[in-house]
Amino acid sequence: MLELILLSVAKVMGIVMVFVMAVAALLTWIERKQSALIQNRVGPNRASVAGLRLGGIFHLAADAVKMLTKEDFDPETDNPLMFRLAPFLAVVPVMLLFAVIPFGPGEHFLISNVGVGALFILAVSSLGVYGSTIGAWASNNNFAMLGSIRTTAQMISYEVSMGLNLVGIFMIYESVNLQDIVIEQGSLIWGWLPAWGIVLQPLAFILFMTASIAETKRAPFDLPEGESEIVGYFVEFSSMRFGLLALSEFIGIVAVGATAAVLFLGGWQIPWVQGTGGWLTVAQVGAMILKTLFVVWLQMAIRWTLPRFRYDQLMRLGWQYLLPLSLLNIFITGVVLMFVEQGRI
Amino acid sequence: MAATVRPVQRKEFKFRESSYLPEVLRGLAITTRQFWRNLVGQRDIVTLQYPEVKKRYPNRFRGRHRLMLRDDGQVRCVACMLCSTACPANCIHIVAAEHTNTSIEKFPQKFEIDLLVCIYCGFCEEACPCDAIRMDSGRHSLPTFSRSPQNIGKIDLMEIGSLSIAKQGGKNA
Ligand code: SF4
Ligand code: SF4
Repeated sequence: MLELILLSVAKVMGIVMVFVMAVAALLTWIERKQSALIQNRVGPNRASVAGLRLGGIFHLAADAVKMLTKEDFDPETDNPLMFRLAPFLAVVPVMLLFAVIPFGPGEHFLISNVGVGALFILAVSSLGVYGSTIGAWASNNNFAMLGSIRTTAQMISYEVSMGLNLVGIFMIYESVNLQDIVIEQGSLIWGWLPAWGIVLQPLAFILFMTASIAETKRAPFDLPEGESEIVGYFVEFSSMRFGLLALSEFIGIVAVGATAAVLFLGGWQIPWVQGTGGWLTVAQVGAMILKTLFVVWLQMAIRWTLPRFRYDQLMRLGWQYLLPLSLLNIFITGVVLMFVEQGRI
Repeated sequence: MAATVRPVQRKEFKFRESSYLPEVLRGLAITTRQFWRNLVGQRDIVTLQYPEVKKRYPNRFRGRHRLMLRDDGQVRCVACMLCSTACPANCIHIVAAEHTNTSIEKFPQKFEIDLLVCIYCGFCEEACPCDAIRMDSGRHSLPTFSRSPQNIGKIDLMEIGSLSIAKQGGKNA
């Protein structure tokens, strides 16, 4: 029993603290740097340690120190407990997601092999709405409230199509266990094409990415924040409370990256390489990390490419385009699967 | 005159544009290209690294005021009050005194400009009849930790002053 607990703690530390937190913290710097380079600017480059600048990577530490030492302002609110709880409510669900994501073959790179892993991801990611909504309502501010109303409407709308997009994956791989789905993706179609989710479900991949960017509340779907008009649901939060809310967003990006990598990019599978063990396992974990980082990069690039949607456009996109297309995708998948089973393809 | 109305035809989006995807990919290609161009060799970056690299201000830039000097190093100003009268911000405060040299008559005992109030309109240098105040120093006012150093006096103003080629004092000077 003790061994089991120790092993789990080690896995949690390894995955969440070492990988996820490090990437999320790096993202705060990468985002500023990437946006700067895209817009022909230099970006943060002043923070230095012993005269070394290294492209301003020490702004990470400078930001953290700044966040921790700033005044922690409490607004006049009737519900200080909820106000203080909100950042935790935002950060816990996105961290929980990593409990079921397999970072490598076998038991050691997966915190918990939940049978309904994919459903767990959908369930937990929808909990994220509580953090922003409760925080905004408890902060007793009309702008925050507007932000929280937008958050709620947006997240609920896009969850629907996000869930439906995964149905095609479940139908093809006949499982909702993430580890099983990754193992299934190791096989080859016609002997040469990797059976990755993106190959078999290209439409679902695009729709899933769209819906998940909306779920992480980032541009072009950043209406809950809308800095130029309502500042956002976290307008009353300061110092590290704000830092935690911002960090939860970055962890959410990593979570979407890992989920998309597992469901659509073959997880830890290296194409055309079968089997596991030894150095191959290490390479496979590396492949999973690379794929995650690729999807993370894709989200960041999209954020700095597209302008924000108008609110009615957002709702129309969610309900009138994404949802019917997801249903169409399920239908087509079903028809194709039927033909495959009858041996006609 | 009748207003001219020019109807602008909105461009109708074709399917390729309204289906987002090709255009999104095109946008991604542009931002990604720009990212790599600037990452490898900083080719299009326009930022100046400010304190180390400074941009030259244009010649007509109105910077910090300076009080010009006579040939013998005295202040050129004759305390005629034209500048403080012209000043729309009322930030020039002059106390005049009698000069021992009767051909000069007046000089400013105190000449203060509150730079926090000044709007850098340049009316003072326009108003001055004897080229005594100028704003061509090319410097902007520096930040300070309190307000009082921003109220600069005659000495500071003269420090960056210089001789003028304009003749002062009319025929007999
Ligand atoms: S620049 Fe304008 S505001 Fe400033 S001192 Fe001269 S007249 Fe006054
Ligand atoms: S600076 Fe020029 S305008 Fe102002 S008081 Fe002196 S002489 Fe007159």
